[in-house]
Parts: sequence; structure tokens; C-alpha cells
Amino acid sequence: MSDNETGVQRAWQARLDQGEFMLQQCGACDRHVFYPRELCPHCGADALSWVPASGQGTVYSVTTVRRKDEAGGDYNVSLVDLDEGVRMMSRVEGVAPEAVHIGMRVTAHVGMKDGQALVLFTTPGEQQ
Amino acid sequence: MTQNIDPSLRGSVAIAGAATFGCGKVPGYTDMELLAGAAKRAVADAGLTMQDIDGLCTASVTATMWPMAVVEHLGIRPGFIDGTMLGGSSFIAHLMPAMLALQSGQCNAVLVCYGSAQRSSTFNRREIVASRRMLDPQPYEHPYDPILPPSAYALSAARHMHEYGTTREQLAEVAVAARQWAQRHPGAYDRAPLSLQDVLDARMVSDPLTVRDCCLVTDGGGAYVLVRAERAKDLPRPPVYVLGNGTACWNRQISSMEDLTVTATVDSGRAAFAMAGLTPQDIQVAQLYDAFTINTLLFLEDLGFCKKGEGGAFVENGGIAPGGHLPVNTNGGGLSWGHPGMYGIFALIEAVQQLRGECGDRQIAGVQTALAHGNGGTLSSQSTAILGTAETL
Ligand SMILES: [Zn+2]
Repeated sequence: MSDNETGVQRAWQARLDQGEFMLQQCGACDRHVFYPRELCPHCGADALSWVPASGQGTVYSVTTVRRKDEAGGDYNVSLVDLDEGVRMMSRVEGVAPEAVHIGMRVTAHVGMKDGQALVLFTTPGEQQ
Repeated sequence: MTQNIDPSLRGSVAIAGAATFGCGKVPGYTDMELLAGAAKRAVADAGLTMQDIDGLCTASVTATMWPMAVVEHLGIRPGFIDGTMLGGSSFIAHLMPAMLALQSGQCNAVLVCYGSAQRSSTFNRREIVASRRMLDPQPYEHPYDPILPPSAYALSAARHMHEYGTTREQLAEVAVAARQWAQRHPGAYDRAPLSLQDVLDARMVSDPLTVRDCCLVTDGGGAYVLVRAERAKDLPRPPVYVLGNGTACWNRQISSMEDLTVTATVDSGRAAFAMAGLTPQDIQVAQLYDAFTINTLLFLEDLGFCKKGEGGAFVENGGIAPGGHLPVNTNGGGLSWGHPGMYGIFALIEAVQQLRGECGDRQIAGVQTALAHGNGGTLSSQSTAILGTAETL
């Protein structure tokens, strides 16, 4: 990570803003890391580098956040386990919030919210 | 993590005074005034004056330099200060550093104190959440707009239901048991009748948790005073001895929690029980920080009162309600007694009052051992205390 000219958070967001969803991977223990760090949180090694995320994952847990219709209605918040073995909070979109369930296979894309790029998921089999 | 705590610390320090102040809906008070009201009562309860206090542990939901403000406001000159902020578990986690400070001679009387005007303050919970997004950002969670903390606990509950078949009815049992205890406590905030169906039919906040699965928002102050055991014997109140204490933290954010059905309570509880030389079967009353109904199930399991995944069955059919097999949250808990921002100190104070036999209609007969467990953040930090009467030394 010696080539970073910013902290890892901005470096990650800058790639995301260009449409690239990246993870870190540790050169010492080979495990993937999310969210971005300075040292590997698994083994402590200073050997993290950016790798493209597969974008494939499984819903680990799910909640429907209730919101009044006039404020935009209910929405999904999920924890998604990526196939690389890391977990992230996100939303599964394109289906009704109550249709998102634990164990559902999901695919990442880079979306926009409030002028900022973010990782969102859809479920290929159940898209509207 | 293994904690090997010096067994000679067991019972070396006692809670000599404890009190609450301004709990419920108490307009016209600041956080500091509620803290000071509780501190004044706790110090008097211990048979001491504020000038005898030479150690301080405190934390605030909002103010980062809070211990200095408390020192100034109370007019004390403590040589031991701990402002460790672990969320709601803080005031149980303060026990161990306070014990070490007392045993080292760094101080002679430690005041642990807290106050929150969260219900009545003009700067309310919604504004605190909005400010925290700037002051304490979580850039990998906040963009998805979870309602924190409820959505984090909802994610844990959903996973627990998925893995173990836990039902919403079992979660509702926790809320109903808390209400039944609150009905025996004249100072509890919500004592209205509550049925399982009422909980299930209540407004959903973040699935599977309804508003009745979530703690109250109230005002309140709480405080207690710690002294060395030999001094406690000469003070007016029956000493409540600290037999064990353990604290653990594995993560801050719910998205960084390895297994949403297993909390760091596994470590804090193991350390506290090892220090106390006791097992869950020895505990006669348990105060478990119930910010949400799922908490009580997780802590019953992680403390070893039942096996992982069996928390739902443990609380069924009034298992933790009055007359059940284990009295839990005998004041009504955060769900029905009250929840002034951070509840840990109030769980501990209820344990002290049970051990002193002061609990009136809700008193458990002949209690000699009690457990108080605090939780902080979003299932992030955990602290367990095991307390006992003189008979347990
Ligand atoms: Zn590594």
C-alpha cells in the first residue's frame, strides 16, 4: 500500500467513484480484508494490496427498515458475505424488501446515493 | 482471549452506596444535574461525604471531556480518574480499574456516576444520532441508513431466528417478563399491562423488532460508591462485594461482528465467573442489559445459563418472569423500568438493591449472589459483574 497518496478510505472511495469495487488481500495470510485497513486484521502483516472484488455474495442477515411512505417507504438493509470471505453492510435492491432473505445469492454493482458511489446488490434470479 | 485475574481481588472491594435520581420523565434537568443528584444520594447512602471521594469513573453519551466537567461540578480532587467510554457497559467495566486503584492505594473511595436527560432534553436522541454521524463516522455503514442501534440488533435477531428457529413470540416473552417485573416496581416507567400479542402487533421498527422489542427512552441518573472491603464493614449499609468482573470487546460495528449470534459476553462472562469461582447455577438473580429483546437471549446463552440457541426456550412460558426458573431484570429492565441512554449502571444498582433486600414486591427471597451484565454500542462491548453478600466471601 506504499503507493497510496491518501488514507485507505479515500483510496477505496476513489476507485468506487470510478466504478471499481475493490477489496484488499493480504500477501502474508492470503485472506481478503474489508473494510480497508493499514495492517491485515487477521495476521497483522503489512502486506495488503487492492484486488477486484468478485461481486458475488450471499445474504448473511437482513432487516427491513420501516419508513413512512411519504418519506420513501420501507427499505432493505443487509449484511452480505462476499465469496472472498468478507462481510459488508449494503442493500439488496430490485426486489421488495420483505423478499430479501438470508441465504439469497446476490451480485454487486456500484450505485450512487447522495452524490457518492456505493456498493449495492441485486439478486439475479428475482429481479423485477 | 484469556483473562487470568488475580483471585485475591475477589471480594476485596465492596459497593458501599448506590442510588438513582430523576428516573423516568423529568423535564428541567441537565445530564450533569441528574448525575449530581444520584451522586449525592449514593455518597450519603455510603455514609460518606463528597469530600471523601478521591476516585471517579464516569462517561457521557455526548461529552468527550466529561470526567473533567464532573470533577469540577462535584468539587472533588480525585487521584484516580477513569473515563473509559464503552457505551452502556461502561459503568460495569469501570469496576475492575476502580478495584485495582483501590487495592494499589491510589485512592480510597471511588464514585461511579452517570446521568442523562435524553427523554426531556431539547437535544434529543434524533439529534444525537445525527451529530454522531459527523463526530463518530461509520463510513461503511451509514450510507445504507440503518437505524442505529435498532437495525443492528434486528440483524442479530434475524440471524438467531434463522440459525436456531427462535421465534418472535419468544422475543416477545422477554418484553412481557420485563413488564411483569416493572409492575412490581413503583418507580418503573411503563407498568401498563402488556401481552405477547401486544408485542407482536406493535409498530414494526426494523424487522423482526417492534417498538415493544426496543428499550424505552427515559431520563435518569445513577451512581455507586466503591471502597475496600475492610472499610465497607464499618459503613452503614450492608456491603455488596465484587466477586468477579470481566470486560471484552470484539468489534464496534455490527458489520464487523464475526457471528451475529455470539457476543463478547462469552469472554467477559468467563472471566467474571472464573474470578468469582462460581458458575451460572450459583447465580440467584440476573440483571442483563436489555436494550432489545434479543439481548436477553444472547446474554443468557453467552453467560452459560443455557446452551447457544436455547435462549428462546429458556424464556418461554414466563421462564424469566416473576415465578420463573431464573429472575431476570427484576426492576423491569431497559424495556419497562427505563433506559436513560446507557443502562449498565442501572442493571448494577438493581443487583445491589436485590442483595441488600430493598426491593419490596419484587424482592427475591434470600438472595446472596447476583449477576449484572452491561452491553455497549451495537453488541460491541460487554462487561459482566458478579456480586455477593458477606455470606459469599
Ligand atoms: Zn494477513
